[in-house]
Amino acid sequence: MAIAIRAEGLAKSFNGTAAVRNLDLEVKPGELLALLGPSGSGKTTFLRLVAGLESPTAGRILFDNEDATILSVRDRRVGFVFQHYALFRHLNVAENIAYGLRVRPRATRPADAEIRRRVADLLELVQLAGLGKRFPTQLSGGQRQRVALARALAVEPRVLLLDEPFGALDAKVRRDLRRWLREIHDRTGHTTLFVTHDQEEALELADRVAIFNLGNVEQVGTPDEILDHPATAFVAGFVGEAVRLPVNAAGSSLQIGPHQLRLSCGNVTGPAELFVRPRDLALANDPQPAIPARVLAVRRTGPARRAELALADGLPPVEMELPAGHAARKGDILPVTLVNLRLFASR
Amino acid sequence: MRNGVLSESPAVRRTLIALAVGFLALFLVLPLLAVFSEALRRGFDLFIAAFAEPDTQAAIWLTLLVAAIAVPLNLLFGISAAWAVAKFEFPGKSLLVTLIDLPFSVSPVVSGLVFVLLFGAKGLLGPLVDDWDFKIIFAVPGIVLATIFVTFPFIAREVIPLMQEQGTAEEEAALTLGASGLRTFLTVTLPNVRWALLYGVLLCNARAMGEFGAVSVVSGHIRGLTNTMPLHVEILYNEYNFVAAFAVASLLAGLALVTLVAKSFLEGRYGDQLSRAHRH
Amino acid sequence: MSDAAHNDWAPRTTPRRTQWFLKPSALPGFGITFGFAVTYLSLIVLIPLAVLVARASELGLDGIWQVATTPRVLAALQVSFFISVAAALVNALFGTIVAWVLVHYEFPGKRLLDAAVDLPFALPTAVAGIALAALYATNGWIGALFAPWDIKIAFTPLGILVALIFIGLPFVVRTVQPVLQDLDREVEEASATLGATRTQTVVRVVLPALTPALLTGVALAFARAVGEYGSVIFIAGNMPFVSEIAPLLIVTKLEEFDYAGAAAIATVMLGISFVTLLAINALQAFSRRRFGHA
Repeated sequence: MAIAIRAEGLAKSFNGTAAVRNLDLEVKPGELLALLGPSGSGKTTFLRLVAGLESPTAGRILFDNEDATILSVRDRRVGFVFQHYALFRHLNVAENIAYGLRVRPRATRPADAEIRRRVADLLELVQLAGLGKRFPTQLSGGQRQRVALARALAVEPRVLLLDEPFGALDAKVRRDLRRWLREIHDRTGHTTLFVTHDQEEALELADRVAIFNLGNVEQVGTPDEILDHPATAFVAGFVGEAVRLPVNAAGSSLQIGPHQLRLSCGNVTGPAELFVRPRDLALANDPQPAIPARVLAVRRTGPARRAELALADGLPPVEMELPAGHAARKGDILPVTLVNLRLFASR
Repeated sequence: MRNGVLSESPAVRRTLIALAVGFLALFLVLPLLAVFSEALRRGFDLFIAAFAEPDTQAAIWLTLLVAAIAVPLNLLFGISAAWAVAKFEFPGKSLLVTLIDLPFSVSPVVSGLVFVLLFGAKGLLGPLVDDWDFKIIFAVPGIVLATIFVTFPFIAREVIPLMQEQGTAEEEAALTLGASGLRTFLTVTLPNVRWALLYGVLLCNARAMGEFGAVSVVSGHIRGLTNTMPLHVEILYNEYNFVAAFAVASLLAGLALVTLVAKSFLEGRYGDQLSRAHRH
Repeated sequence: MSDAAHNDWAPRTTPRRTQWFLKPSALPGFGITFGFAVTYLSLIVLIPLAVLVARASELGLDGIWQVATTPRVLAALQVSFFISVAAALVNALFGTIVAWVLVHYEFPGKRLLDAAVDLPFALPTAVAGIALAALYATNGWIGALFAPWDIKIAFTPLGILVALIFIGLPFVVRTVQPVLQDLDREVEEASATLGATRTQTVVRVVLPALTPALLTGVALAFARAVGEYGSVIFIAGNMPFVSEIAPLLIVTKLEEFDYAGAAAIATVMLGISFVTLLAINALQAFSRRRFGHA
């Protein structure tokens, strides 16, 4: 399979502080890849390295198996969309979109009529037809972001890079733009990388997600792979609403606090970390091994009801989704068991 | 680095730095050096001797006196105007703020002229003033008035924007806690603007002691009586007494340097407590 | 706390009485501060300026026109106007370079240079005048360099230009510098990702963003230069029709007790200042509307 972008041993440090360390990553042609991670995990630095806005301390970046590291930003032909749009305030919307075409050397610059046609097409694509004469200050945040995207698409980039594209927008606009970005991507088929710290956004929008931590990629996979089969303890803790419990694994039994559960721990033995999400726990049927858990509180989250449970003294409380109509109350003792096991040996 | 796409190439960079440094050296640094060099040209003794002259000493005293009257009055005005403008909403507010800056756009000579037209021998109130046997023009009061006029906006324009930025929430909190109006002002408002006030006073004082054009028009140039330091520099210079002229000038240049150092210090140390224009 | 303690500074503004003028506020002290500020402003600034205008209006527009168009006055106004324009243009170029260098580059002595930019604000104009005259006279440090080519700077219109460049420089630097500082780095990066060269980015993105501030700075420098007196008269030579500036002519008229003539010239100069000021305000209003900053 062809590779659109490949990072090889990429590293970048600022004044001795490493932002990206020895990073390898492959992006497939036409895919929408989300770079997800906590702030300071190096995802934005990686995006800027791909764009050529930063030069790497070590390693290289290949576009279609051709070394792009030696190319300057302007020769890389990337479409970059900035978090705060970075529109040119003295130019109107149409002039902003046309900018990348107008700065080309005369030999490759399209004719004026062609530029106007392209701008009109792009305005149509981003649903801003008729607003070409407006200035950026006369647009809403969502509209500005769409102008920024149109401007980036105008130069027919080899890859599209978006840095927290919806970070500065309010929740409603965010959701709309998210869906719309997916549609645009499906229509234009650009290889697209976008940085976000919002996991809901990443998991909903992307074909694949790369989880960043401490300047490196912990796992790359489809949203399902990331959610259901986290490769590392960090990923298991970062995605979903997991509670981390210190446990002890011994082959066919797991010790949680004073309780023993009979289940297969795979190849993990000794001190370990168990990541528990609300749906990983269930009420135990009689013959199953169970932990007697005390109900601390019951609350409503959307359509479901959740019980906050204390599995043992000294362990952080965990949450469990309750079956419909279950009459659990504060102070009850419920038999619970694990239906999903996300277990990682302690480091 | 970065192939010169995100920043200038080293050659361009060096050229621009050389141009900027050269230009500033030519127009700012050299004149300053010239003042001290000319003052010391005939040796240190003659330099010192210039200050022994009674007329020179009188000029120094008059300059200090004028600044000592003009600066506090403008300080009081700056605080009053800032309180009224920043803490209250009333129509015509922006007009008031614009009018405060008016003296900046008036030529110093015209600033002096308006007082001559008002109080001079053939002025509007001239006969009246004569009757009282109280001289304003060609006397100290005229010099003070002209100085107040040209230094009028300095303090107000530092404090007004800062107080506006700060809003009224802290004062309202103090009032709800039972503080009186004056106490609120002294313990809440004043500490918030003290560095901006000092900054304004510094600039106001520098201009008050150094003003030439406006004061020249109203002073009458009477040696030992109505000569401020800048006027005395002119007289000495026109008498070809260059060493003495530059000696007095070097004192004023020293004042300018002290002002600049204090100003940079305030900008560096308390920049966040000055009006936005001076933050770094 | 006693009631008197609440009232010890100023009578509380009673909302009912002042509502038509003042929006109700919990804070005290509006009456006394507003009253003092307006009175002081009127006494020191507004009334004296009004007297000037009244004095000039005695001549009528015709009279002012007559004074302003006598050959010597016209020549002085032209000298003041055109040399001020020239000085402002020189400062536009070099002031922008200075601001650019101070914002973008690091080099030894930068902080010192940054502080030195304000020297013309702090140095008394008379001191600047005699210092520049000493420097640019044919036997001065700089004047001597030009003397072999028979170029005289001090005591010619060139000398006026030098003084007005000195006076106007900080206006341009200090209005351009903060805008340059606040200029979003991302905008320059966006331009580069779209394929622009550095020159294209500077010309098409940075300079247009700087233009309103630059024009404002130039206008401020110009307004100051037109009225400048102290630093000019020592270096100008003050030859009627050649190097005599308008403010000096006002002083001359005053010495001849020609108050009306002095007021007429002053009114013309005030007119120039106000037109400049209006232009600056219009420019800033436009820039705020269009670009969201002044």
